[in-house]
Amino acid sequence: MKTLDRLRQGLLRNRAWDLTRPDLSLELNTSHGTLLYLEDISVSFDGFRAIDGLNLYIDAGELRCIIGPNGAGKTTMMDIITGKTRPDTGTAWFGQTIDLLRLSEPEIASVGIGRKFQKPSVFEPLTVFENLELAMAADKRVWPTLRARITPEQRTRIEEVLETIGLQEHRTRRAGALSHGQKQWLEIGMLLMQAPHLLLVDEPVAGMTHQEMDRTAELLTSLAGKHSVVVVEHDMDFVRSIANKVTVLHQGRVLAEGTMDEVQNDPRVIEVYLGGEDVHGPMA
Amino acid sequence: MRLEALHLDRGGRIFLALLAVTTLLVPILNLAVPADSPLHVSTYTVTLLGKYLTYALLAVAVDLVWGYLGILSLGHGAFFALGGYAMGMYLMLQIGDRGVYGNPDLPDFMVFLNWHELPWFWHGFDMFWFAALMVILVPGTLAFVFGWLTFRSRVTGVYLSIITQALTYALMLAFFRNEMGFGGNNGLTDFKDLLGFDLQSDATRIGLFIASALALAGGYLACRYLVNSKLGRVAVAIRDAESRTRFIGYRVEQVKLWIFTFSAVLAGIAGALYVPQVGIINPGEFSPLNSIEIVVWVAIGGRATLYGAVLGALLVNYGKTYLTGVMPDAWLFALGGLFVLVTLFLPQGIAGLMRRKEVQA
Repeated sequence: MKTLDRLRQGLLRNRAWDLTRPDLSLELNTSHGTLLYLEDISVSFDGFRAIDGLNLYIDAGELRCIIGPNGAGKTTMMDIITGKTRPDTGTAWFGQTIDLLRLSEPEIASVGIGRKFQKPSVFEPLTVFENLELAMAADKRVWPTLRARITPEQRTRIEEVLETIGLQEHRTRRAGALSHGQKQWLEIGMLLMQAPHLLLVDEPVAGMTHQEMDRTAELLTSLAGKHSVVVVEHDMDFVRSIANKVTVLHQGRVLAEGTMDEVQNDPRVIEVYLGGEDVHGPMA
Repeated sequence: MRLEALHLDRGGRIFLALLAVTTLLVPILNLAVPADSPLHVSTYTVTLLGKYLTYALLAVAVDLVWGYLGILSLGHGAFFALGGYAMGMYLMLQIGDRGVYGNPDLPDFMVFLNWHELPWFWHGFDMFWFAALMVILVPGTLAFVFGWLTFRSRVTGVYLSIITQALTYALMLAFFRNEMGFGGNNGLTDFKDLLGFDLQSDATRIGLFIASALALAGGYLACRYLVNSKLGRVAVAIRDAESRTRFIGYRVEQVKLWIFTFSAVLAGIAGALYVPQVGIINPGEFSPLNSIEIVVWVAIGGRATLYGAVLGALLVNYGKTYLTGVMPDAWLFALGGLFVLVTLFLPQGIAGLMRRKEVQA
C-alpha cells in the first residue's frame, strides 16, 4: 500500500519530488520559531473553493484567533491540518520536518496536534476520568492499549488536568451528565492530556454563560506559551479578551492579520463584516 | 487471566457461579442418579444444555462486537459454521471404514460422488490438533481479511451489517454445492467418535457438556477482561464517536479489526463444540436467518453486558425448543414478537431490567 500511495503522490504535480525527499520524519523541529506552515493551500468541494490559496503561519507558543464569516473556510482549514481533508494543492508542515499531508489522522494526533470540535464531543458513557485517560498521550496501538495500566505519574497528570479544567469533583461522573460548559472544558482537558504542541479549538464558547466564558478565556490564555493555541470563534468580545493576534479569513483566504484593533479598523474587514455586495468600501 | 476483572461485574459473578454449580451437578445427576429417580437428568437434556452453552458463547462473541464496539454483525453464524465444519471434517475422517460404503480413506459423500482421493483441503483433518488449529484459524482468517477490507474502507453502520449478511449468504450458497467438497446440502454427519471416545456414550456427552461450559466461562472471562481494559473503553469510544477517537490518536481500524477477529474465533470455537453434540453440520448453519437470530438473543438478553447475551441465548433457545415442540408454526412469530416487545419496552434487554432494579434499590 505504501508504494501505491507513493506512486499516487508522485503523480500530483506539486508533489512530484516527494520521491527524492528523505523518509517520513516524526521529529518536531521548530528552531526557526514557527510551528505550523500552511502554504498556498487550495481545496474545492464540487467546484466550490472552500480554501483558495491560503497562507498561514503559527509561531511556537502563540495564541492565535481566527475569525471570519460563515463559509470562510475556518473549519475546512482545521480539517486539513488534522488530516480529515486532503487539499488539492499546497503544503502543510508541522515544524520544519513533519509533512502533515503525508500522515493519517491518528499519526497527526500522535505528532502533537490536538483538536477540539465545535460540538462538544466527549465520550458520554465514560466517566470524566476515563475520558481523560483515553486521551492521554501513550502508546495507542492495540496490544499496548489492552495491557495498559495507569501508572502513578499518569494518575498525577490526570489529576493536574482535572484541576486545570476545574472538574476535580466530577471525576467519577459520566461525561454525558455534565453541563454544556463542563463538557467543553473536559474536551479541552482531553486535548491537554494528549500533550500536544498545537491545540486547535473550534468555537470553545458557543452556548456558554458569561462566567463560563471568562473561565474559558483564562484557561486558554494560561495554555499559550507552553502550547500553540489556534482558536476559531465567532464571539468578538471573547476574541478581544484573549487574542493578541487575529487572522481574518474570507472566502478561503487570509483577508487581514494583526491585533484586534488593527483588524477591526481594516476597511476590507469592515466591508466583509458590515457591507454586502452593494456597499463598496474605499478599497477596490 | 485476571479475576480482578470480575469485581465490578455482579451479573457476571452470578452467572459464573450458576454455571459452575450446573457444571458440577449435571454430570452427577446424569451418571450417578438412577434413571427412575425424579432427579435424574437424561442424556438428551445434557446434550441440549451443552448445545445451549455453545449458543451462549456465540452470543457473547456477538455482544462483544455489537454491544461494545458498535459493529452489528449479521454474519456471525458464518464463523460459527466454519468452526463447526472444521470439527466436522475431523469427525468425518474418524469414521474410517465404518461408513456405509466402508471406504477407509474417503467419507461416504465422496464415494457417492465417485471421487477417488481426498481433496487437498481435507488433508491434515485426520489429526485432532490440526483440526483444532483450523477451528481457530479459518474463522479468524476470514474475519481478519473481511475486516481488513471493510474497516479500512471505513464501511460502517447498516452497510457493514448488510455486507456481513451477504458474506454468510455467499458462504451458504458455496457450501450447498457438491463440488465444494463439504458434503453439499447434506453436510457432514454420521459421526462415530471424537479422540477415540464414542460420541453416543453418556460419558462423552458429559465430557462435551463440561468442555462447552469451560469454553463459555473462558470466553466470558476473556471478553470481560478485554471490556474492562483500556482497550474496552476505546471500543466504547469508537462505538459512540468513531472519528473523535481517531483524532485523539487511536487506530480505529486496527482496534475494530482485532476485536472482530477475536470475536470470530470465539464463534468458531462455539461452532466446533456444537457439532459433535448435535451430530451434524450442514450449510443451513450459514443461513442469514441464523445470524439474525443470534442478534435477537443478544438484544433480548441485553446488549453490552456480556452476561445478558448468555441469558438471552439460553432463554430464547429454551423457548424455541419448547415452542417448536408444542406448536412448531408459532415459533417465528413468537421470536419476532419478542424482539419487537423488547425493542419497544426493554431497550436494555432483560439485563437492563435487573440493572434498573439495582439502581432503584
